[in-house]
Amino acid sequence: MMTAGDRTPGHVEVVDLRVRLGEGSQAFDAIVGINLAIAAGSFVCVIGPSGCGKSTLLGALAGHLSPSQGALSVDGRVIVGPSPERGLVFQQQTLFPWMKVIDNVAFGPKMKGRAVRLRRDDAMDMLRLVGLDDFAGFYPSQLSGGMQQRAEIARALINHPSVLLMDEPFGALDAQTRGQMQRQLLETWQKVTTTVVFVTHDIDEALFLADRVLVMSPRPGRIIADFTLHFSRPRDASLLLDPDFATLKTQCRELLGEGQSASLPRLSPIGAAPATVTAAT
Amino acid sequence: MSYSITVAAPDDPSAVRPTGMRTLKRQRPERIALQIAAVLACLGVWHVVTLLKLNLGFITFHNVPTPVDVARGGWDFLTSSTAAKHVLASLRRVGIGFGLATIVGVVTGMLAGRYWPFRSVVMPPLEIIRPIPAVAWIPLAILMFPSSEASMVFITFIGALFPILLNTAHGAEAVDPRLVASARSLGAGGAQTFREVVFPGALPNIITGLVIGIGTAWFCLVTAEMISGQFGIGYFTWMSYTVQDYRGTVVGMILIGILGLGSSLLVRRLGDAVTPWRRLDRKQ
Repeated sequence: MMTAGDRTPGHVEVVDLRVRLGEGSQAFDAIVGINLAIAAGSFVCVIGPSGCGKSTLLGALAGHLSPSQGALSVDGRVIVGPSPERGLVFQQQTLFPWMKVIDNVAFGPKMKGRAVRLRRDDAMDMLRLVGLDDFAGFYPSQLSGGMQQRAEIARALINHPSVLLMDEPFGALDAQTRGQMQRQLLETWQKVTTTVVFVTHDIDEALFLADRVLVMSPRPGRIIADFTLHFSRPRDASLLLDPDFATLKTQCRELLGEGQSASLPRLSPIGAAPATVTAAT
Repeated sequence: MSYSITVAAPDDPSAVRPTGMRTLKRQRPERIALQIAAVLACLGVWHVVTLLKLNLGFITFHNVPTPVDVARGGWDFLTSSTAAKHVLASLRRVGIGFGLATIVGVVTGMLAGRYWPFRSVVMPPLEIIRPIPAVAWIPLAILMFPSSEASMVFITFIGALFPILLNTAHGAEAVDPRLVASARSLGAGGAQTFREVVFPGALPNIITGLVIGIGTAWFCLVTAEMISGQFGIGYFTWMSYTVQDYRGTVVGMILIGILGLGSSLLVRRLGDAVTPWRRLDRKQ
């Protein structure tokens, strides 16, 4: 756990956070009263029913949504906007379609003004880390969904973020690929020191990945449970058969009141549903 | 659009994307034969009605030259000393007018698509001007520009501007906000995001605007040349009519068609060349 002199970066602090989305009469509280401290280097999963505001919390951490009340900080620095210090991975298809995989991954260093040769070398290292080095010269649309997500993770990690924010990154993948991706993410995470905040609606996924699982209520989202998991790492599929796993799963399922709450439209880390983006004047 | 004539073999992924001439190569021979036959049939009908000098009362082909006449007229035109002058005059006007429209349209469109204050200032006056056909500008253009050359270029510019501007603005506005957010989270500043994400994101729409714009540029230029001008295909077409050289008129029309088609294809090809990521399913 955290100590006063902890030097590892990535300690997240959220105090009395409320985020309001939408405009005018359409406005609503997506999340309210969130208080949270996340230890540096830990892997935290956030679960909750669809539309509960878990992605909104992620968007606020990324700096794309500003708090209506309260504050967020990383290592004592207040979050005021997006930063490469806080990498963000979306659910799907946010690689730049016009850039080859290597240039997508090299985007962060390019923004810092790093020379082409050097940033491509950096990008190759990251691609090797996620096992995509053979696909450096491909365009994103030539990759499978799972490979695209690996490239996205590499693109965020190249900036050495202290916090990696992931919004249902494997939600669009088939079950088998999803399992592979989860194991690979844990492998990668063990090689880099970064805090991960991982949003999902899949209880198995959360319990398999996390050190700590936060459960959110339906909208307006609040944290209604906070589990610390003690399963040993590295983890593999046998964990799903662990009796403690089953117990936690049942608890989470009851908390989410599965199938009972009416499902709300999904929110995204950059605001309400994309369809509500204001049309041309 | 050209969907029906560009459909390729059913198992070909490019079959669903109309992509211009490129897909012609992949078409089945019988399809190509049918297309050629359709063109020949049109020529045949033209030949018969003009040979018979068909007169249906409301329409008469008495003065319409036959295809053979037109072919001879075309040869005469191409071997004449003034042919190059006419063609080059028109190409130059389209080049300048379309080039200016590209610069103004893309810059204005990009800004209007991204910044609402700019859009609120610039778009209302443009929306009022937009429905006015470029042809209606001709008298005013003649009054405003002392040189008839400048007035013709202006008409061409007006014709090309709106498709380019509106498509660019739409493209810039429609860039996936998640891509913009990703860029910001990767450390891109405002100008970097604009250059690295918004512009390439809007590029496919910009190219669509340019392909439409080059077509309207020709359309407007020819009209302008018919009214004021000393050289140019439009001028040649109209002059041939006034001196009762009806072959020349049709030669001019066909030439306009060929130049218009050729320049749109050129713009489309250039557009394909700068957006290689959009051709992927064709490559594989």
